[in-house]
Amino acid sequence: MTTPVLSIRNLSVEIPTRGGVVKPVDGVSYDIAKGEILGVVGESGAGKSMAGNAVIGLLNPPAHISAGEIWLNGTRIDPLQGEAMRRLRGKEIGMIFQDPLTSLNPLLTIGDQLAETILTHLPVSRSEAEKRAVAALEEVGIPGAAERIDSYPHEFSGGMRQRVVIALALCAEPSLVIADEPTTALDVSVQAQIIALLKRLCRERGTAVMLITHDMGVIAETADRVAVMYAGRLAELGDVRDVLTAPQHPYTHGLMASTPLASLGQRRLHQIPGSMPRLTQMPDGCAFHPRCPQAQDKCRQAPSPDLADGRASCWFPMMAEAAE
Amino acid sequence: MNAYVSVKALTRIFDVSKPWLNRIIERRQKAFLTAVSEVDFQIEERTTYALVGESGSGKSTIGRMLVGLLRPSDGEVEVEGVNLATETNADKVAEVRSNIQMIFQDPYASLNPRWRVRDIIAEPVAARGGETEGLAERLLQQVGLHASDAGKYPHEFSGGQRQRICIARALASEPKLIVCDEPTSALDVSVQAQVLNLMSDLKDDLGLTYLLITHDLTVVRHMADRIGVLYLGRLVEEADPKVLFETPKHPYTQMLLDAAPRTDGFGREVEPSQGEIPDPINPPSGCAFHPRCPIATDLCRCDRPVQRKIGDTVVACHHAT
Amino acid sequence: MAETSIPLSTKEHDKGRWQRFRESDFFYAFKRSPVAIVSFAVVALLVLAAVFAPLIAPTNPFDPASLNLMNGFTPPMEPNAFTQESFLMGTDDQGRDVFSTILYGMRISLFVGISAVLFAMVLGIVLGLVSGYFGGWTETIIMRIADVQLTFPSILVAMLIFGVAKGFTPVEYRDQMAIWVLILAIGLSDWVQFARVVRGATLVEKSKDYVAAARLIGRSPWAIMIRHILPNAMSPVLVIATISLALAIIAEATLSFLGVGAPPTQPSLGTLIRIGQGFLFSGEWWILFFPACTLLGLALSVNLLGDWLRDALNPRLR
Repeated sequence: MTTPVLSIRNLSVEIPTRGGVVKPVDGVSYDIAKGEILGVVGESGAGKSMAGNAVIGLLNPPAHISAGEIWLNGTRIDPLQGEAMRRLRGKEIGMIFQDPLTSLNPLLTIGDQLAETILTHLPVSRSEAEKRAVAALEEVGIPGAAERIDSYPHEFSGGMRQRVVIALALCAEPSLVIADEPTTALDVSVQAQIIALLKRLCRERGTAVMLITHDMGVIAETADRVAVMYAGRLAELGDVRDVLTAPQHPYTHGLMASTPLASLGQRRLHQIPGSMPRLTQMPDGCAFHPRCPQAQDKCRQAPSPDLADGRASCWFPMMAEAAE
Repeated sequence: MNAYVSVKALTRIFDVSKPWLNRIIERRQKAFLTAVSEVDFQIEERTTYALVGESGSGKSTIGRMLVGLLRPSDGEVEVEGVNLATETNADKVAEVRSNIQMIFQDPYASLNPRWRVRDIIAEPVAARGGETEGLAERLLQQVGLHASDAGKYPHEFSGGQRQRICIARALASEPKLIVCDEPTSALDVSVQAQVLNLMSDLKDDLGLTYLLITHDLTVVRHMADRIGVLYLGRLVEEADPKVLFETPKHPYTQMLLDAAPRTDGFGREVEPSQGEIPDPINPPSGCAFHPRCPIATDLCRCDRPVQRKIGDTVVACHHAT
Repeated sequence: MAETSIPLSTKEHDKGRWQRFRESDFFYAFKRSPVAIVSFAVVALLVLAAVFAPLIAPTNPFDPASLNLMNGFTPPMEPNAFTQESFLMGTDDQGRDVFSTILYGMRISLFVGISAVLFAMVLGIVLGLVSGYFGGWTETIIMRIADVQLTFPSILVAMLIFGVAKGFTPVEYRDQMAIWVLILAIGLSDWVQFARVVRGATLVEKSKDYVAAARLIGRSPWAIMIRHILPNAMSPVLVIATISLALAIIAEATLSFLGVGAPPTQPSLGTLIRIGQGFLFSGEWWILFFPACTLLGLALSVNLLGDWLRDALNPRLR
């Protein structure tokens, strides 16, 4: 069996606040294999971005990893600090954020930024790095790459900027890319272009991708496997087709049913009552039980089971017939 | 059926020039942005009209002109048969204005964080010197919150609950028309369904008319009775939802429908459309969509297409059939 | 609609203002900052001492009847050679108790400082709101005046205004009016910061949809500015007000030190320092030392409090 590119084991993130310690990520485990796209989906506050930030060591203090392990290509990386982490971040892990403007330095030309990144992480000469920068821009479909290499980020449109960010994330040939809501700020027609680009590049290079998004449609079309998060915990993890068409966790089921497409022909949309609990007001037992249509006494008392021996973290997973 | 709202050749041009000193130093011309260009549509009473478009399509600008937050540069807005720009009878205008309310996109920015929910909801009535005793409590219950929530501040509520408060405020002055500007795009999927359902219920119960402004075609399929698709400030297609989704006539509408990610589209490989939305300060000549259009011809590059009726669909395209 | 079936939070709205304050992030941050607590304590102590000066001060330094010239130049904590009286901080050349003059002087300093800041604040808020909300020519004119004023040191502006205003005051009222002229001068030299900050905040708040909602309802611009925008723009104003208070107290002291401020009949801390510096090299150090220390303590504490306030009220730093 080959080692997965990324392996997260029982990861927990804690933030001490004056009201007590909150856990935005609570005992999450998943793997991403070479060339695989794992979709991490959840609503705002589900901890999906926090888990991604933990992997790249970008947690804002006082948030910190309180338990668990993160392995990258067989090396444990969660204890890494400072320089070692920075080196790893650019070389082995590429990052794509929601707002391309925040990941580009507005004062440097994109050519400089690309060449800089290549020089830092690959043993090549300056001229070679510049050549590669142009190639990287061509690869992400920027027309006239050779001329635009001396442009500044603000001279690009939103979609083009996100292409530059992708070029920047991939130019050091990382083995893992973390894309945190890469298309949320973009228009639908541009979003499709970016998703297609990301998919093609990662397939060609065998890069593993952690795709964090709230959009079930993007997940369905892009991911191989999907991890559904709810209130810091993994609710369901599995093959994207299985999870989306026959969800076993009532939350996934509700989420799928409430997308407008799923309710076509009905007058009302399916809705999940209530909203996600605040981190400071977590209910006892399974975090989803107050909104769950089939919660029982056990759900109110015992925390939901770990995923180890099942697809859904639920005491009473919905089997195929229930999900019909 | 009579048209409750009638918009004719509505145009809005923004002056986006730099300050005059910079213009002189940099020898620049004044710059104008045509956000909305000769848009016509009508909204029947007690129906939902949806305006769909991506960023820069002018959809929010139209909404803001309708409620009177912006003045049209040209064209007219008629509500209840009253032309709001030219009507000289101030009472009549005030009367019509009080029948129009708005719900905004960002439920975090649209509630004053320093005010209690009770005062926020009652403000439309209090501002006109109306009776507000128990009003907020009643409305809160109507939108599915507790009467006791009236004494709280906005920060104590989640995004979905805040949007309910916004709806309650919009209902306070008993309006007939509510302009909803992206009412659910800041909300999570499961909460979005709650808010959309609430809006449907209220429409049935109170006989409301909606103008629903959104970038998300899937949302309007449920809610709308009629859909208008905007591109770069121009109305390119207008049709009933079923017709629009099954037989889109305009290439832009077709592209939008293709590009929207689908929850059942596993491993779908769409050939994505090329290009991006052009700069609205220098829009393309002729049909604004021609640089991205797969069926564009020389005609499209020269002449701006006029609206044509094909069946029940109104479309602005030279080649639509 | 079953959203309501889940209790959101505790019944926070049942609590009184005081209790909500005690549970607020603001009070929490205060409790955890030793600097804030100490400087608040110093400021509170000094303000209370100034307010209750007539009760605390051993003598009334401005009551000629209580003065004894024989007590002149008594060093601190030492009995006077002639009268055997002892003074905590010594006495000046006329036998006035330095401790008492400081208490009374602080009253003048604080009164002038606070009044000047309030004046500057009201003026700055109004002009800032108006220029931010209406924009256009109104904004251009107001902000250009502000820019011009900023190119001069504010103490210079204050001196100019002081001089001009004094010229307009009839001679017989000059001493009486000096304090008010001082307030006017310092206030007018200080409104720019308030106007700039309020204008900035107004521009931000104006673009938010709750303002659009209020406009939609038909609220007048003034109602929107005062009831909607101002409460949301007050945090930075409070910070500036606190820091300005320290500056205003120092400005007043500087003016008085230069002899153009508070008259000797109503000496402020600055006047006391001016008087005291004449005796510094003849050995009577205490006449200068104690007023100067008081001024330093007061200005420093207010400033530290302002710095802390800025951090505590800045949502980005939380």
